[in-house]
Amino acid sequence: MTERLSRRRLFGVAGAGAAALGVGAAAGVVGERTLSPEPVANAETAAAVPFHGAHQAGIVTPAQDRMHFVALDVTTSSREELQDLLREWTVAAERMTRGLEAFEHGAVGGVPEAAPKDTGEALDLPASALTLTIGFGLSLFDDRFGLADKRPAALKELPHFAGDDLDPARSGGDICLQACANDPQVAVHAIRNLVRIGFGKVVVRWSQLGFGRTSSTSTSQATPRNLFGFKDGTRNLKAEEAAELEKHVWVQDGEDQAWLAGGTYLVARRIRMHIEIWDRTTLLEQEQIIGRDKGEGAPLGQVKEFDKPDFDVAGEGGLPQIPATAHIRLASKEALGGVRILRRGYNFIDGSDGLGHLDAGLFFVAFMRDAHKQFVPMQRALSTQDEMMEYVEHTGSGLYAVPPGVGSGGYWGSGLFTGSP
Amino acid sequence: MISTPARVAVAGIGLATVAVLAACGTKTPQEQDKGGAIAVEASDDACKVARTQADAGTITFEVTNKGDRVTEFYLYAEGDRIMGEVENVTPGLTRRLIVEVHEAGEYQTACKPGMQGEGIRDAFKVTGQADKQVGTDTKLADATKSYQRWVNSQTGALETKTAEFVNAVKSKKVDQAKALYPVARVYWERIEPVAESFGDIDPKIDSREDGVAPGEKFTGFHRLEKDLWVTGLRPDSAAIADQLLADVKDLVSRAETLELTPLQLANGAKELLDEVATGKITGEEDRYSHTDLWDFRSNVDGSQAAVAALRPVIQERDASLLTTLDERFAAVDKVLAKHQAGDGYKLYTQLTKADIREMSEAVDALGEPVSQVSEVVAGQ
Repeated sequence: MTERLSRRRLFGVAGAGAAALGVGAAAGVVGERTLSPEPVANAETAAAVPFHGAHQAGIVTPAQDRMHFVALDVTTSSREELQDLLREWTVAAERMTRGLEAFEHGAVGGVPEAAPKDTGEALDLPASALTLTIGFGLSLFDDRFGLADKRPAALKELPHFAGDDLDPARSGGDICLQACANDPQVAVHAIRNLVRIGFGKVVVRWSQLGFGRTSSTSTSQATPRNLFGFKDGTRNLKAEEAAELEKHVWVQDGEDQAWLAGGTYLVARRIRMHIEIWDRTTLLEQEQIIGRDKGEGAPLGQVKEFDKPDFDVAGEGGLPQIPATAHIRLASKEALGGVRILRRGYNFIDGSDGLGHLDAGLFFVAFMRDAHKQFVPMQRALSTQDEMMEYVEHTGSGLYAVPPGVGSGGYWGSGLFTGSP
Repeated sequence: MISTPARVAVAGIGLATVAVLAACGTKTPQEQDKGGAIAVEASDDACKVARTQADAGTITFEVTNKGDRVTEFYLYAEGDRIMGEVENVTPGLTRRLIVEVHEAGEYQTACKPGMQGEGIRDAFKVTGQADKQVGTDTKLADATKSYQRWVNSQTGALETKTAEFVNAVKSKKVDQAKALYPVARVYWERIEPVAESFGDIDPKIDSREDGVAPGEKFTGFHRLEKDLWVTGLRPDSAAIADQLLADVKDLVSRAETLELTPLQLANGAKELLDEVATGKITGEEDRYSHTDLWDFRSNVDGSQAAVAALRPVIQERDASLLTTLDERFAAVDKVLAKHQAGDGYKLYTQLTKADIREMSEAVDALGEPVSQVSEVVAGQ
């Protein structure tokens, strides 16, 4: 069973890789449709996800299969231009999540003498559960736009973690936009058009494509596998756990800046995986590093995937079944004083590294109420004790404050501009 | 990459896993022994085990705490050897313990209300016989002995060369220290997996600056490397040098008593090549001195020594793998030989992108067959 599953995924990877690299996105989609075990456009994966709401979509929304993430720097020095851009983005984003062009008659049907306002590659494609989620980086709250006094207290630089090899060209940014969809072309189209709308006001700092989700955010979803071949996110926070989401994800009223109530924080980490080395590691060692068995995904010492890990069970000689350095132990709420985060990461392969290896890994994206109280202690434990560190390297990093959802007629981040500048 | 304490445990795991993990390998114990799980009702003054006999193989206990005190449950073999245990069973909870028992015999169950003392014991009988893979092969035993002798020859040289390097640093002979730095590291890099099996030593001797955990001090070879090549010797360089020698001596004495398994040898051979691929090929290891190729050569030497010790076993069980290994080691040697300069090697910064790629490909080609050695040694 394991073998069949992994082969399917492998083929999916190949198809998505082509699309992701921009080697001809259309060909990639065709490949995906041909090779994927399920047809892409079934009712559920093609449907639209509502844009408006108390929280932004793309956080507890059941994780879609594809993502395109972009971090931008604001180049205009005008507060009004920034505000206008956020308004314009919101309108276009809402339209695209309904499966429409970024502008009415944007791709075709406009003035023939003008360049089309929508780039057109998503014509005929369904909404594909597209969600667009915005976040604001620390650098936006400097003195350029009079936003310094709007900076949330918990929006401060992440510390250096042991083994970090962060590339400034893959880190930070004033604004981030996350597009997730079940069709890679739909996600790419959304980012491309939002970037285009921003020309002259923002520039792309870095971007990342993800071809396959590595987390479930709903109990209705099966747990996917990461590039180590293991099920990832079995114990993730799920949309169905409302009380836990309030506790671990949503910034509460009066907790920090008023504009952020109902919002959250997004931590992005580009984690390069040395998959070639991993692949030469014995199954025994792989399972010890993760703390789960590879086939079923059960915690060591247990039988089924969703059996609760028991960190107090020991085997012969009194050695713990789940080793002290196992990933699932170190990242567990049990080891971290109850801390949980909502993970929403994606597998990536960005071509090759010039040394005959795939530049592959996990684009870790997680949402939480306070990164410094949740992600930081978790990553401190992992970076110093996790066996897995031998096989991974963090090469990019970002922390963004994610504003709450937008009501009808509202716009992204409007709360930043209330009151005097 | 090596520098985190995490690295260490990998090697450690190798040891423990063989016995404990049979229960959690690929075959999830979905098919439990015919009798199903054995219920254990633990209270503050009783330990009721529903069945007191089971077939050898996977035995599952479901332990429910019906008492008011936190309890734990054990299965002991003769002489109170722990076969499996579950701790911290709080009142009202049911917890599962899956134990692999290979041999028939008299065992004991025990509940320990309050998690202390001898516990409430009862006899537990295991019948029949389960398959057990034990490496009693004399060739395997010879292999570990032969490798151990080689390790001891290397640790001796490591101590001597490190002392020379340390003396040069302390007498502020910078040029001499720079020349001795890659030489001392040769012996370190050859036996690195051995060092890693002692969790605390490796980070002290070989951490890179970005690998130092918060609250820990940047010490060891790479700290002195930075002093010599970048900042110039600092007021505490001599103290760091003394510490390095003390840590190396600690390693040498501990290595003498180390007992390795054949599987550890095989894993060590693989890990050394991992080191090359992630640290040396990228020029990350010796980022100030750029003497990465010396380390590269030494890692490959270490890997080859472990494979050489296992040679008779591989020859007997998979002769074609041995042929491949010989070819691929020779191919790596050939690539490295191109970059020899005097008694040592070119600096990493003198290599072209094509040179680096060629080395990477040769190491990858070697890494795959080396990773198969553990399977051959395990004999499955």
